[in-house]
Amino acid sequence: MVPTDLRYTKDHEWVRVDGDIATVGITEYAAEQLGDIVFVELPDTGSRLVQFGTFGVVESVKAVSDLFAPLAGEVVETNAALAGRPELVNTEPYGGGWMLRIRISEPGQLDGLLAPDAYVALTAAG
Amino acid sequence: MSVTGPKLQPTIFELSRPGRGEGKIPHAPKGALDRIPQDQRRASPPALPELNEPEVVRHYVNLSHLNYSVDSGFYPLGSCTMKFNPKINEWAARLPGFANLHPMAPDEVAQGTLQLLWELEQALAEISGMQAVTLQPAAGAQGELAGILMIRAYHRSRGDTGRTEVLVPDSSHGTNPATATMAGFQTVTIPSAADGGVDLAAFRAALGPRTAAVMITNPSTLGLFEARIGELLDAVHEVGALAYMDGANLNAILGRFKPGEAGFDVMHFNVHKTFSTPHGGGGPGAGPVGVGHRLVPFLPSPRVLREADGTFRLERPGERTTSIGRLRSCVGNTGVLVRAYAYIRAHGGSGLRQVSDDAVLAANYLKSRLAGTYDLPYDRPCKHEFVASATTIKRETGIRTLDIAKRLIDFGYHPPTIYFPLIVDEGMLIEPTETESLETLDAFADALIAIAGEARTDPGVLHDAPHSAPVRRLDEATAARHPNLRWRGMTGAQTPCPD
Amino acid sequence: MPYGPHTPDDRAHMLAALGIDSVDVLFDDIPAALRASRLDLPDPEPELELSSRLLDLAGRNRTDLASFLGAGVYRHYIPAAVDQILLRGEWYTAYTPYQPEISQGTLQSIYEYESLIAELMSLDVVSASHYDGATATAEAGLMACRATRRERLLVSAGVHPQYRATLKTYCEGGQLELDDVPLIADGPAAGTTDLAALERLLADGTPVAGVIAAQPNFFGLLEPMAEMSKLAHAAGGKFVAVVEPVSLAVLASPGEYGADIAAGEGQPLGIPPQYGGPYLGLLASTDELVRQIPGRLVGMTTDLEGRRAYVMTMRAREQDIRREKAASNICTNQALLALAASVYLATIGPHGLRDVAALGAARAAELEAALASAGAPRIHPGPYLNEFAVRVPHAREVHRRLLERGVLAGLALSDAIPDDPAMADALLVCATEVTTSGEIRRFADALGEELHGSARDAVAAAGVAR
Repeated sequence: MVPTDLRYTKDHEWVRVDGDIATVGITEYAAEQLGDIVFVELPDTGSRLVQFGTFGVVESVKAVSDLFAPLAGEVVETNAALAGRPELVNTEPYGGGWMLRIRISEPGQLDGLLAPDAYVALTAAG
Repeated sequence: MSVTGPKLQPTIFELSRPGRGEGKIPHAPKGALDRIPQDQRRASPPALPELNEPEVVRHYVNLSHLNYSVDSGFYPLGSCTMKFNPKINEWAARLPGFANLHPMAPDEVAQGTLQLLWELEQALAEISGMQAVTLQPAAGAQGELAGILMIRAYHRSRGDTGRTEVLVPDSSHGTNPATATMAGFQTVTIPSAADGGVDLAAFRAALGPRTAAVMITNPSTLGLFEARIGELLDAVHEVGALAYMDGANLNAILGRFKPGEAGFDVMHFNVHKTFSTPHGGGGPGAGPVGVGHRLVPFLPSPRVLREADGTFRLERPGERTTSIGRLRSCVGNTGVLVRAYAYIRAHGGSGLRQVSDDAVLAANYLKSRLAGTYDLPYDRPCKHEFVASATTIKRETGIRTLDIAKRLIDFGYHPPTIYFPLIVDEGMLIEPTETESLETLDAFADALIAIAGEARTDPGVLHDAPHSAPVRRLDEATAARHPNLRWRGMTGAQTPCPD
Repeated sequence: MPYGPHTPDDRAHMLAALGIDSVDVLFDDIPAALRASRLDLPDPEPELELSSRLLDLAGRNRTDLASFLGAGVYRHYIPAAVDQILLRGEWYTAYTPYQPEISQGTLQSIYEYESLIAELMSLDVVSASHYDGATATAEAGLMACRATRRERLLVSAGVHPQYRATLKTYCEGGQLELDDVPLIADGPAAGTTDLAALERLLADGTPVAGVIAAQPNFFGLLEPMAEMSKLAHAAGGKFVAVVEPVSLAVLASPGEYGADIAAGEGQPLGIPPQYGGPYLGLLASTDELVRQIPGRLVGMTTDLEGRRAYVMTMRAREQDIRREKAASNICTNQALLALAASVYLATIGPHGLRDVAALGAARAAELEAALASAGAPRIHPGPYLNEFAVRVPHAREVHRRLLERGVLAGLALSDAIPDDPAMADALLVCATEVTTSGEIRRFADALGEELHGSARDAVAAAGVAR
């Protein structure tokens, strides 16, 4: 089960849209695969992202994974709380563990994102 | 956080008491430092611990008791070749003639060491079928860097500047792609074939005018000999690229396969694996590199040269302008190389071939003992190591390879390599080496079989394993999230310095 | 086979279990065309003969000389306890501590080592060690580039030539620009980094990621580290200090003068010269740069029953996990040498370390006076700790003749720096706490005779020529 008000990517990012601002994080499934998150590397505010380009890195004790931008746009805010409490990604993946906020530059890209049940089907397939 | 348990030790900082220690170094005369300008002087002395010799000795002896070691037990660690470390090698490296020789002393006072190094180069060249060897790299990873930098220099020397890619199989050790990056190349990762070997078609598709090199471990990190290696090497050379062999698994093929003869252009040796030099808790090692004729001009400098009159010398700075230059200070980890030399001399050609024969036989025997209890993903003879998997056990009991590995500690063994190579699910890479007795091999197999049984009957005991080690499983998440990387408890030296 | 346990019965048992009659079957998958030719090596040597051979080789080195050679590797007294501890199999035959539950000895010793070096350097983070001073310096340069996202480094010509050569190799791999900062040629600061030139280099051209300078420098001279640190920072770059650890008992430490990163050679801390290694690459940084530091880090944590324990941490930075995105390909650390350094420091203590530094300074002053009297004055006027360069005409030739008299007269600088004609008439000499007054007298007397002798020859030759 995943939140129904979000959209998803095949790389296990989620997106919450509010006007022209998209909040981005990784899903509970991804966080579980990684294990205890110990560090999140995020871009500077003002950076321009391209859709599906890497925007950062998430590290767990024994693994590392690139983070891919679900949408193109400009980074307007990153979650400062993750510096001191990276575990928020494990405990509140859809809430306090959010990673960054983007000002969407190409709204049409939203249509290409996965709906909740499509994402659930993807993770079930393994 | 307190220190509890019968064997754990406080830090040397906690043991320190003002006024302890002294007696090793005479006092300096008063005023010895007066000529050093005040603004260059340290504001306050470093807060280093003050301990008597008995306390120091007890501290480090007691700490040593917390370690597992080859001298105390079996390490079935795949890809590490944890063979016995011969004691004659320790004696040799400590001979004052070797130990006290300054690396920048003139060649004429270093003839013994220079001869040893030269002979070692010859021996490694013979073992690998290569034209020439450098002993300079401080570790296998540095050897890889030397090899890839030489390949880069080779292509440049031919005006071939478009080669930007290095190809590695997905089973490769992490140092391979990391090395490629350090040398300025893009890594292209090629998936392995279903039988665990290189996917020749996939490699052919990726090989082209942008390929500088491929990096292959042979036998592979799965312990399997690359049967298609001849075709792969031909394909690599056809596009004008060069072939690097990661020599970590050389213990499998001594006297059976010489990479240079087969067509590899360059390879590194891990002397702390194949040639018995001790691991030291993480180092030091050494990573000599052998090259074919194409790469000889680019070897790191200085080379060890033999003159017509039979004396030896080091190349002078700038003497060979095609060299890729230096990778480190001095000529190499000579102290480690003395040990490797002694090992090779002790064995000779026949002994080294026997090493591989026994290593391969032991690995296949151990694999046969585990058949039926653990999954064995590759159903053919292995070389010196093999991969087993707990996939079925995990599916049926929830117990993972990690739990099995930790439980082995309670049985008195160091765990094997786990979750490497990355392409095997719930993998364990097991390498017995040639220096473990049949009794040890059988006892280890019995332990693994018993643990597989426990997974079904008593999984709880595995989840929290180990139970009998000096410490239990550690909170690695907190260690990484909130790193505590140094002791902070002493501020300023304790008894004032005289003068 | 000297160390293998298998008897013919053992082998037969294993072959039978596999249902084969020869181990050759297990090598059948090697294509016939690629099977090895015979291993043409000398016959195996039993230990008795092997030990004789090794003694003979060691005996062909000369280590009985009165040595004044330093140049980055220093003779110090190593207390007997150090090697006694290093000889314990639990230390030297242990593997990398990937299984922390059974490696607490190694892990705690590395944590203590990190703490000791952090204290000496006055910096927060120390890696579990790099290969040697040269590679630590190179990696420090790469760190500065990653931290600033710039691609140019400035290195003082006072940094050890071998370290600069290593830095050059690593920079070429990383496609980074590397420029030398020249030394001042004359005057009171001769032989130290030219600050005006540094300022110009910082202002012109590509932005600089880091400035690298050594303290003491290769010529033994004390450099204006605080000033260089300020200049580097003003230009937005990092300051990298390359330091000698014994000197840090008495000289200002990198943290005190604002260095962001410090590198150095740990060999002087309880490690014999061994003709080049294995040595100990010291690498330290401020907390801010912890994620950039390559190699292993050991930290403190607890186990699930609350015990204090140590573990390799922040592992996801390393090559086995990051692969092509790792900061470095390094896969080892010099664990056993870090242990040697820790035991050395624990044994001699802070006062002992200070005495080592101060005695070296005292002996060096004695050496300076003796050599000056013999006709070989210092080349540079500035302050030094225990190493300095002296003017000796035809230095290489004199060096060779002194060697015949049993004196290793330091380093003929033209050997290390062949392209600089000013180095042709210079010897780099040092003294430490093990240098005796007798050795100093022997050196000075022999040198005096060589210089006098050649002066006499020159006069005689001039006389003949007339």
